[in-house]
Amino acid sequence: MTSPQVAARAGAAAPAARTSRRASRRSWAGWWFIGPFMAVFAVVFLAPIAYSIYLSVFRNQLIGGTAFVGLDNYARALGDPQFWSALGRVSLFLAVQVPVMLMIALVVALALDSGRLYGKSFFRISIFLPYAVPAVVATLMWGFMYGTRFGLVGNINQAFGLNLPSPLSSELVLASIGNIVTWEFIGYNMLIFYSALTVIPKSLYEAAEIDGAGQLRVIAAIKLPAIRGAIVVANIFSVIGSFQLFNEPSILKSLSPNTISTYFTPNLYAFSLSFSGQQYNYSATVAIIMGLITMAIAYAVQVRGMRKER
Amino acid sequence: MSVQTAARPSSSSAGTSSQPKIRTPRLRFPRAARSRRSRRSLALTLLMGLVLLYSLAPLFWLLVNATKTQDGLLNSFGLWFDGDFALWDNIARTATYDGGIFLRWFANTVLYVVLGAGGATFLAVLGGYALAKFDFPGRKAVFAVVIGAVAIPGTALAVPTFLMFSQMGLTNTPWAVIIPSLISPFGLYLMWTFATEAIPTEIMESARIDGASEARTFFQVCLPLLTPGIVTVLLFTMVATWNNYFLPLIMLKNPDWYPLTLGLNAWNAQAGTAGGEAIFNLVITGSLLTILPLIAAFLLLQRYWQSGLSAGSVKE
Repeated sequence: MTSPQVAARAGAAAPAARTSRRASRRSWAGWWFIGPFMAVFAVVFLAPIAYSIYLSVFRNQLIGGTAFVGLDNYARALGDPQFWSALGRVSLFLAVQVPVMLMIALVVALALDSGRLYGKSFFRISIFLPYAVPAVVATLMWGFMYGTRFGLVGNINQAFGLNLPSPLSSELVLASIGNIVTWEFIGYNMLIFYSALTVIPKSLYEAAEIDGAGQLRVIAAIKLPAIRGAIVVANIFSVIGSFQLFNEPSILKSLSPNTISTYFTPNLYAFSLSFSGQQYNYSATVAIIMGLITMAIAYAVQVRGMRKER
Repeated sequence: MSVQTAARPSSSSAGTSSQPKIRTPRLRFPRAARSRRSRRSLALTLLMGLVLLYSLAPLFWLLVNATKTQDGLLNSFGLWFDGDFALWDNIARTATYDGGIFLRWFANTVLYVVLGAGGATFLAVLGGYALAKFDFPGRKAVFAVVIGAVAIPGTALAVPTFLMFSQMGLTNTPWAVIIPSLISPFGLYLMWTFATEAIPTEIMESARIDGASEARTFFQVCLPLLTPGIVTVLLFTMVATWNNYFLPLIMLKNPDWYPLTLGLNAWNAQAGTAGGEAIFNLVITGSLLTILPLIAAFLLLQRYWQSGLSAGSVKE
């Protein structure tokens, strides 16, 4: 096999490289296999997206039912301070949480790959386990630990006579959510990086060894460039995840109703608009704007990541 | 934390050890044949131990606190066991509370996973196989559309999907949860890259020359080769469906159809409602019972899904 492609490494360059290795006949036979996926995909992805766009150009009025309003909903969102505050909050979250999480995941993956760890497979599976924990359970668990009633912070304060601030206070709650998300996804990202590292041809390490390169040099000159595709993919997933932040704040809200508003994140805002406020049209608009921003940033990350490769 | 700080202990210990210098260059590398023990680094292991502690401590907290009574939760130190060991009692109460609704939620979750994750895996395997092994008109468009759609936020889809499903009379039924679970773009992507590596095109060619139909080629020749990839995709779609919260939250009003995630959150929120009984011990025990099946699946099947994830790793 000539091309060591793994899920995380393939990135955007994969489709072109693969064409030559496929059966050369071009036929419709493939549609028998992709057809079922695309049929369901059209129902649960494409139709709702189209309907969402349709909803966003109407407004439900108290008198006269729905009326076509063109881009009015979009104009309203762009002038909506609650929307901007939500967007600012997830942007701050993204800027801090994602680098911290990916950096730890990368270090763990490199450590696992270095072969210098005692009990390597125990580390690998244990650090991955939080990924199997539902966001609901993770948030309830951390929420209880953060809490002052039977939480660890309360315990520590009591035991040492300290007065640590509550992680659920309005200053700290975003960082506390960041901690939950980091806890959930370090292992997942570690696995993406690690599986990319395992397919690097060993001959590259041998060549580096002959040239007298040390461990750090091997990491900088061979390992990191080789897994760039995986790093880009992990970044894109994380950007998408941050902008879609919903579960953790919405569940934490029941433990800390005063510090998490209904517009804490854009997704929470869109949710509150439709399911508490019945403002389906405006909610669809907010969601579409977030979709566009997410796609633009994911695209920018990909272009930047791939450009460096040359 | 930076790459340098983590890597430094390992590189310095390599420098002080004279052993590598004696060996031939070929043998000095990770996974090479030379003695592994001497290359292990205690400092690096301890450093990684911090990440391990961070990952496991909350799970330990959950285990410890599932053994406590409601009273013990409030009055004992969080990271250690209380005097009375109430785990079995908590499990029994979790299973029977409110007419055994927890067991109903458990059964619902299993139903959603079997149909949702099972169906999603089936569709992803077929689709990934098509993308990897066939050149068909519209192939590039399929790729672009699927990747683009992943970036759409959940709510952008949730609101219109909810409205569509409610017009079709599907909301508040299991179908509202199962149908959207059938699509896993990540599963399709994994399967695509896996099938590319795992199925030699020559095998397909020879099956065709022998007169096998496309269906027969797929089921009898290719499917066995795809097993590790299928297990991997199944595990990831299982996690996604088992842990799903947002979709059922929107689609379901009737607690009889709740999955575990929604049920646990409802129990937790109950303490905040007027006259609601605080049952945090049941929330915690229920949480533990919710994560155990998935953790068991990951541990039991780890050989398969790890090889499925690093599809090309066995080859040099």
